[in-house]
Amino acid sequence: MTELNRLPSSFGSLIDHKQPVRFQFEGRDYNGYHGDTIASALAANNQWILSRSFKYHRARGILTMAGQDANTLVQLPNDPNVPADVAPIVDGLVVRGQNYSGSLQHDRNASIQYLSRFLPVGFYYKAFFRPRGIWEYWAKFFRKKAGLGVINEGYVASGYDKQYKFCDVLVIGAGAAGMTAAITAANAGAEVLLVDEQVTLGGALNYARLSADLSDNGTLRENLVAQISSHTNIELMTKATANGWFGDNWVPVIQGKRMFKVRAAEVIMCTGALEQLSVFRNNDVPGVMLAGAASRLIRLYGVRPGEHAVVLTANDAGYACALDLVDAGVDVRAIVDLRADPAPTSMSAADAISAIPVYKNSAVYAASESKNHLRGVEIRKIIASGECADDGRLIDCDLLCMSVGFMPTYQLACQAGATLGYDNESARFSIENLPSSVQMGGAANGFWNMDAAIDDAQRAAITATNALALTTSPLPSFNQEQVQVNHDWPMFAHPKGKEFVDLDEDLQLADIVNATLDGYEHIQLVKRFSTCGMGPSQGRHSALPAARLVARATGKTIAETGVTTARPPFSAESLAHCAGQSFYPARRSNMHHRHLDAGAEMLQIGNWYRPAYYRSSKDAAATIEEEAHQVRNGVGIIDVSTLGGIDVRGPDAAEFLNRMYTFVFAKQPVGRARYALMTNEAGVVIDDGVACRLDENMFYVTATTGGVDRVFQSMLKWNAQWRMDVDIANVTSAYCAVNIAGPQSRQVLQRICTDLDLSSDGFPYMGVRTGRVADIPARLLRAGFVGELGFEIHAPQHCGEALWDALIEAGKDEGIRPFGIDAQRLLRLEKGHIIIGQDTDAMSSPAEVGMKWAVGNKKPFFVGQRTIRELDQMPAKRALVGFEITDLEAPLPKESHLVVAGDQMLGRVTSAAYSPSLKKTIGLAYVAANNAESGATIQIRTDKQKLVNAMVVPIPFYDRDNSRQEL
Amino acid sequence: MTLPTLLAKFLELIFGVTLMPLALLKYAFSNRYPGQPAFGKPKALKSRYDVIIIGGGGHGAAIAWYLAKHHGIRDVAILEKGYLGGGNTARNTAVIRSNYLTEEGVNFYRESVDLFGNLSNELSYNIMLENRGQLTLAHSDAAMRSLRWRAEVNQHLNVRSEMLDRQAIRELVPNLAMSEDARFPILGGLWHADGATGRHDAVAWGYARGACEQGVELHQLTEVVGLKVKNGRIAAVETNRGTIECGVAVQAVAGTCSVVADMAGIKLPIHSYPLQAMVTQPYKPLLNPMVSSPHVHVYIQQTSRGEFVIGGGSDPYALYNTRSTLEMKESLSAAILELFPFLGQARLLRQWAGVTDMTPDYSPIMGLSPVENYYLDAGWGTWGFKATPICGKTMAELIATGKTPPLIKPFELERFYRFEQVNEAGATAASH
Repeated sequence: MTELNRLPSSFGSLIDHKQPVRFQFEGRDYNGYHGDTIASALAANNQWILSRSFKYHRARGILTMAGQDANTLVQLPNDPNVPADVAPIVDGLVVRGQNYSGSLQHDRNASIQYLSRFLPVGFYYKAFFRPRGIWEYWAKFFRKKAGLGVINEGYVASGYDKQYKFCDVLVIGAGAAGMTAAITAANAGAEVLLVDEQVTLGGALNYARLSADLSDNGTLRENLVAQISSHTNIELMTKATANGWFGDNWVPVIQGKRMFKVRAAEVIMCTGALEQLSVFRNNDVPGVMLAGAASRLIRLYGVRPGEHAVVLTANDAGYACALDLVDAGVDVRAIVDLRADPAPTSMSAADAISAIPVYKNSAVYAASESKNHLRGVEIRKIIASGECADDGRLIDCDLLCMSVGFMPTYQLACQAGATLGYDNESARFSIENLPSSVQMGGAANGFWNMDAAIDDAQRAAITATNALALTTSPLPSFNQEQVQVNHDWPMFAHPKGKEFVDLDEDLQLADIVNATLDGYEHIQLVKRFSTCGMGPSQGRHSALPAARLVARATGKTIAETGVTTARPPFSAESLAHCAGQSFYPARRSNMHHRHLDAGAEMLQIGNWYRPAYYRSSKDAAATIEEEAHQVRNGVGIIDVSTLGGIDVRGPDAAEFLNRMYTFVFAKQPVGRARYALMTNEAGVVIDDGVACRLDENMFYVTATTGGVDRVFQSMLKWNAQWRMDVDIANVTSAYCAVNIAGPQSRQVLQRICTDLDLSSDGFPYMGVRTGRVADIPARLLRAGFVGELGFEIHAPQHCGEALWDALIEAGKDEGIRPFGIDAQRLLRLEKGHIIIGQDTDAMSSPAEVGMKWAVGNKKPFFVGQRTIRELDQMPAKRALVGFEITDLEAPLPKESHLVVAGDQMLGRVTSAAYSPSLKKTIGLAYVAANNAESGATIQIRTDKQKLVNAMVVPIPFYDRDNSRQEL
Repeated sequence: MTLPTLLAKFLELIFGVTLMPLALLKYAFSNRYPGQPAFGKPKALKSRYDVIIIGGGGHGAAIAWYLAKHHGIRDVAILEKGYLGGGNTARNTAVIRSNYLTEEGVNFYRESVDLFGNLSNELSYNIMLENRGQLTLAHSDAAMRSLRWRAEVNQHLNVRSEMLDRQAIRELVPNLAMSEDARFPILGGLWHADGATGRHDAVAWGYARGACEQGVELHQLTEVVGLKVKNGRIAAVETNRGTIECGVAVQAVAGTCSVVADMAGIKLPIHSYPLQAMVTQPYKPLLNPMVSSPHVHVYIQQTSRGEFVIGGGSDPYALYNTRSTLEMKESLSAAILELFPFLGQARLLRQWAGVTDMTPDYSPIMGLSPVENYYLDAGWGTWGFKATPICGKTMAELIATGKTPPLIKPFELERFYRFEQVNEAGATAASH
């Protein structure tokens, strides 16, 4: 297919006429060139509709050619809502329009726009709710119509990542102002990072003329680009969007598949300004575009934006656009100037456009369309602000270019805390109250004269380098004369409506006004009630007209009315960009591969992987039973590396633990371990472990796998207040640990631990020793979580495999076998040991869980003590008790099944299991305090509401006098 | 009444209420837009009101509505420092559920969910309630235990909650990443069929509109700057528009509730933390229920506009600031991609924050205060929106009768002095 609208190769600075590219749109093949965007290539082929609008399904095409609107959002197979006016074409690209049913050209849903009179602003609040429940029916109907693009559920975006960057000065925007600021700052010695979202430097210099003959652009741009590229202090990133401002100049810059997280001492925003729409009937039809879009098409992409054009303007930019159009061979039929009596400028008086009729004090009152494209405009005289004469003149055209004002690109600045002020004289918003360390320069700052914009950028850069103490220069003074670019009311109501204020949301002029008539007067309420500014372009083009309309409708000033909050991101960014590489740490003990080799079924506990059990020829339950049996009757070994370990050392170590834990540690002898129970200020049990006194001033405290980080953090937090003389170190990852348990554990360990007396007297229960196991230095602890003679061996992390191998080897004769946490849970339950977090909850006090013995009442303080003393005065409400079910036919209660009495909830089961060694079901449960005595009967409601009777019994269930673990 | 309005009313009568869009006819056939200022016209402040409600969010508006509607108390002013519903009413992610953990909590929120069910009808204002259900995922056996606990408690109290196994989850949300090789495989979940969502703003607007129709005054841009307490009573409320007197005052603010209470000399056990959320561009619908994963701290729902709203846990430090952070956006994004990896293509549009007033037990503080004629509706953390109707109803009853309704008795400030907390810690994480 020939490219009907393609201009000769003197046009189109971004495309390579020698590199054709073929792609598909709506199932048809199209040609374009390398450098083309989807929209520019389609425009070259005279294909103007790109998608359908959100609500009324109106045909939409190019508006900004800058990726700043929702009109051009198209569908790629694996990427919905892609801005076609900035997304490049590549060979074989398959593109479709969005949000239509039938074909893009003939969208069946477009008929909804004829119902628009039935759909006043916020119509869904006003109907569809009676009778009760009817909305759910309507909601399904509306839901089918919702959304724009289609997400391909079968595709996972990959390859995204992050990188950190640091600089003295981050300059955002590489137009004339940004380049100037970068050069100025770099010359002063600052390390500068210059980012711009365009493919090339220059910003508006690439498409907007500085003068009627265009020559100024080239010289200025070349000069600045040359300085930038040779400057060693400037790092340049193009096709990179500074997409947000976060506290302390923390700016995410998105380039390709990477998010650069930039920390800058100073940020200079030279973000320019966004051209705004005129609001009139059918201002959204394809063929109506911003002057900047037309100029971009011509100058950047070599595309003629139409055949017969009308230019609507209120400033020089419109005349500059007319010059571009004439250059491109477009028949410009009229220039409509909103201004009553514009003073001639070198631009408006340029020879090339002198023959074009200029209609002053006139507006485009309405556009007409046929076949989804602009067919003509109706021009009328302006008789008062926002009002036109009763009749006008029709001009046939297929292109209307508008330039009626600009909005500074305020988003990043406002995210940084700046505010917007409105000046009635210049009819524009300006950015005020910038925070320190953020500067702004150029058009974003309201300077339209190029010399002033450049001077202003220099001022911004010097302010930044002064703040960095690189310079102590006075700020330059310059001619700050304002150029009037904004018309104060380029909006003209039409009795038939369809004068769009917000194109994303299909909001017409009356919708905004009517929202205020309904009582939603605050600009934020207008937004929320009408959805103005909620769409993909986030109010880029609706904020200014909405502010003006609301101000006039409510009798407030535009400054008072303001705009809605600018929130990050600046441009829509993919979740894949924000997520980057998945970074959920997985923790594996040093013995991990030994477990896998031994057939472990791994389970995740927090970030850790732990063996649940080791697969055997039998089923899981039988295997777990065997593992437990081996511990009870021989010797078993379990990896307990995940257990937290905290070293507390220093003269105040014992006193520190006295405060952190409920028990007493001051007089704890060296070489002994003590149970350590931790409560929070509400007296609730939050962690436990053992505190091993290795030396007068040195404790090694264990903590639960899931709790150690929190315990460590809280220790640091408390000591920040107490300022005790202790060092606290979380050494969890420095140690691995195993527990070798069972009646034969001593004889096994003895074979490879010869430097310690392991006898009952030499190393009693709750003793702590340091010694060598298989020549590996280790901390040994006689604790008994599983209730058998056993030794916990804590060794340097990297020795894990060696330690494991040595113990397995040493226990060969005894048939030592590894056991997993399933067996451990069963064994500990038989011993009635609680697991914090499973057998406790957010209200468990030590007394409730039978831990009063672990609370030191005589010491003056521990965290939670004050509350526990109060609680002790009050009648107990519930208690954690052991229970047993002797009826072997009864269903096994699950953890969290309720303990009930009639319709009363009394408590719940926290642990339950069938104990093979005891031949009955045992468990722990919260019950009412008045029914907690041994022998009491409780009722547990199991699955399918089946009630099971259980009897409260004393714990431990197994080896009640603890003789086995103390062997 | 204009002709088109009459016509619409008539047609509605004839054709029955199911043809509800007839209500829109008056808009279609009026020459002038038949707008009725929903919240009355701005007025000067009077020198005294029977009831002053500090805070014009959903709660404040609901209290006013029930005061006027149920108790005939209409000399009421709602004072709002910003705009109606602009605080946490605007910032929350509109989750309505009752699958809490404590008996007190479940009973309270269940009543609220019930009231939501008929709210549009009652207010003649569509709050767009959609009963889509909420799925909370378990990725560990510890989570399975805690979800089962909630299921058991909920069922006991007639709230629809049940444990789902992997197969049932697959059927409910077919596009959820269910691989056993996932970093955090999904073991099961809690399905809360009563879970719903609605238009959060509309709740505040509907209540305020109804209240104003009955004579309540809504004063926006009216900030309370001080509370004068004399002899243990609120003597006057000082605002940026002058000082006014009141019979009683109730505070219904969020984000600064300990600051406001402090004006009355009341110390609340509250720390305020920012809570952030974000929303994508609109996409064609592909997710119906609300899905949450406390393990990776994320929850998601797709709105009726097609946008994905994504939220998670509170910020890790206390702050009175609604700034957004890059870190939270990164972590929420990473987390949601664990559940729905294909959402990597979805583009984020906005990120925002509210400030949540967290109590030690994750339950609100409601009812009487140490100041005699001053009532508290505070400490709404991340559970305020869903409680709006029941809170309005019970607080209005308290104000009107002076007696604390049994439903909110457990939430009195006094409970902290009595060590009778209502601990919902297990039912609030990343589900909101």
